[in-house]
Amino acid sequence: MKAFRRTKGDITFDVVNYALMTLYALMVLYPLYFITISSISDPNAVFAGEVWLWPKDITLEGYERIFSDKLIWIGYGNTILYAAVGTAISIMLTLTAAYPLSRPDFYGRNLIMLVFVFTMFFSGGLIPTYLLVKDLGMVDTIWAMVIPNAVGVWNIIIAKTFFETSIPGELREAAFIDGCSNTRFFFKIVLPLSKPIIAVMVLFHVVGHWNGFFDALIYLNDESKYPLQLILRNILVENQVSNSAAMMMDVESYAAKQRVAELIKYGMIIVSTFPLLILYPFLQRYFVKGVMIGSIKG
Amino acid sequence: MEISLNKKKQVVVVPKKMTRRKKVMRNWELYLFVLPCLLWFVVFKYVPMYGIQLAFKQYIPTEGIWGSPWIGFQHFTRFFESYQFWTLIQNTLSLSLWAFIFTFPVPIIVALLLNQLTSERYKKFVQTVIYAPHFISTVVLVGILFVFLSPTSGIVNHLIVLLGGEPILFMARPEWFKPLYVISGLWQETGWATIIYLAALAGVSPALHEAAIMDGANKWQRIWHVDIPGIRPTIVILLILAIGNIMNVGFEKAYLMQTDLNKSASAIIPTYVYEIGLQRAQYSFAAAIGLFNSVINLIMLLMVNRIVRKLGGNSLW
Repeated sequence: MKAFRRTKGDITFDVVNYALMTLYALMVLYPLYFITISSISDPNAVFAGEVWLWPKDITLEGYERIFSDKLIWIGYGNTILYAAVGTAISIMLTLTAAYPLSRPDFYGRNLIMLVFVFTMFFSGGLIPTYLLVKDLGMVDTIWAMVIPNAVGVWNIIIAKTFFETSIPGELREAAFIDGCSNTRFFFKIVLPLSKPIIAVMVLFHVVGHWNGFFDALIYLNDESKYPLQLILRNILVENQVSNSAAMMMDVESYAAKQRVAELIKYGMIIVSTFPLLILYPFLQRYFVKGVMIGSIKG
Repeated sequence: MEISLNKKKQVVVVPKKMTRRKKVMRNWELYLFVLPCLLWFVVFKYVPMYGIQLAFKQYIPTEGIWGSPWIGFQHFTRFFESYQFWTLIQNTLSLSLWAFIFTFPVPIIVALLLNQLTSERYKKFVQTVIYAPHFISTVVLVGILFVFLSPTSGIVNHLIVLLGGEPILFMARPEWFKPLYVISGLWQETGWATIIYLAALAGVSPALHEAAIMDGANKWQRIWHVDIPGIRPTIVILLILAIGNIMNVGFEKAYLMQTDLNKSASAIIPTYVYEIGLQRAQYSFAAAIGLFNSVINLIMLLMVNRIVRKLGGNSLW
C-alpha cells in the first residue's frame, strides 16, 4: 500500500486525528494525575489552587492518617474475603452449567438455556429480591455478598461459546472410546484446556467485587462487614470522616481539619484504586480478550 | 445419526431413534453439573418473579408474600396519581435519553478514528490509557466529581475563578446533574466501549480498503463507505441492547450523585424504588413501581427488535 501516495487530504486527516486522540488521552489522564499529585501535596496549597502540574510541599500526612484508620483495614479485608469466596462460587456455578450446555448431545440444552436467558429480559426487581434474601437469613452475612449475584447469564453464554469453539467433539469421542466418563473428561481435559476463559472470568469477578457497593448498601448494616467501597462512599460522598473523625480531634482549627479531610479524600481514591492500577498494565490484555471472547457471537 | 461401538469394537451406525430416557441416562452426570446453577436461577431469579405479586397486594410482614391480601391495582393508581410521577418519568427518560445520545455514538467515532492511527504503537498506547477509567469504581468516580467540583477547593472552580467567573455549586444545582452524569459517563466508559468496535473493524477485509484506495478514495471516503458498513451489524446489535436497557439508568451513579439540593433533577425511578422500598419499607408500593419500570423496558426492547427486523437488519432473535 506504500506505493500509493498519500493525498494532501489524507495528511491533514492524519494530523488532525493524531491531535484529537492525543487530546482525548490527556483528558482521561489528567484527572488521575491531578489526584495523585494532590494526595501528596500540602493541603493548604491544594486548597488554594496552587497545585496544577507538580506536587507542592510534599507530605505523606494524608496517607499516615488513612493507614491509621481501622475502618479502612476492615474494608480492605472484607473486600478481599468477598472477592475470593465470591469469585470461587461464581466460577464454579458458571463453568459447570456452561459445559453441558455446550454439548450438542446434551438433551434439553435449549430448554435450560431458555430458562437462563429469559431472566435477562425480565426480572422480579429490587424489592422481591431483597425480601427473598432477607427471608433466607442472609442479611448482614457474607452470603448476601457472594450468592445473590453469583451468576451472570452473559458469563454462561461466553463460557458456553468458548467450550463450543475450543473443545473439539472428536476429542470427547476419543476419550469416551477409551472409557472416560463425563465427569473425568470435564475435570481432566476440559478445565485444563480452558485456562484463558477461567483467567478472564476470575479477573472480571475480582474487579466486580473490588468495585461493588450496591449489594453492601442494601444487604449490610453491620459496619464491621462493610467492604471498602461502602466505607469509601461514606468518606468521599457523604463526607462522614468515619471514626477517623476521632483522629482529627487535635487542637487544629476547623478550617485546617477541613483541609486535611480533603487531603484524605485524594489519598483514599489512590489507596482504594491502587491495587487495580498496579495490576492494570499486566491484566489489560486479558480484559480485552474477555470482551473479545464475549463478542464472538454478538 | 449416532456413531457408537458394538461389542466387537467395530464402528457401526445405530438407528437415529433413541428413547428420551436413553438420551438422558447416557449423560446423567451432565445433569448433575447443571443442577446447582439451575437451582440458583430458580431461587434467585424465578422466586423473585413470583414475588412480583407483591405489587398487587398489601404486604403484611407476618403474613408473608403469599398470605398478604390482594388489593388490585391500588399501588399503581397511587403511583400514577402521585405528584412525583411525572417528575420521575421525565427525569428517568431524559437522563437515559441524554446518556444514550452521547454514549452510544461517541465510542463508534473514537473507534473509527483510533483505527486510522498509522502508528500501531501509538494506537496501543492511547487504548491503554482510555480503557483505564473503566476499572475505577462508581464510588470513586463520584468521589472524584465531588472533590473536583467542590465550590471552595475544587480544581474546576479554581479555574473558573481564575478566568474571572463565579464559583458554581455544581453538585447542588439541578441543572448540572444531567450534564455531569453524561460527561462523567463518557470519561469513564467511552474507551472501554470502543473495544468491540475495534474488534469488528479488525474484521473488515483489507482487500476492500485496497480496492477503495485503487479507486482513489481518501480516508474519509474509506471510513464512510468501507468501515461503517463493515461494522454495521455490530452497531445494530449493540443499539438494540442499549435501547432495551434505556429505563435501566445506572442506579449506582445517580444515587451517589444525588444530593438534597439536586433532587428535583436526580430523582429517577430506580432511586425512588430504593428510597420508598428499602429506606421507608413500603415494600408493595415500591414493588409496583419496580414492576412498572421493568415492563416498560421489556416493551421497548420488543419494539426496537421488531423495528430493526422490519428494516431488514439482523435482530437479536
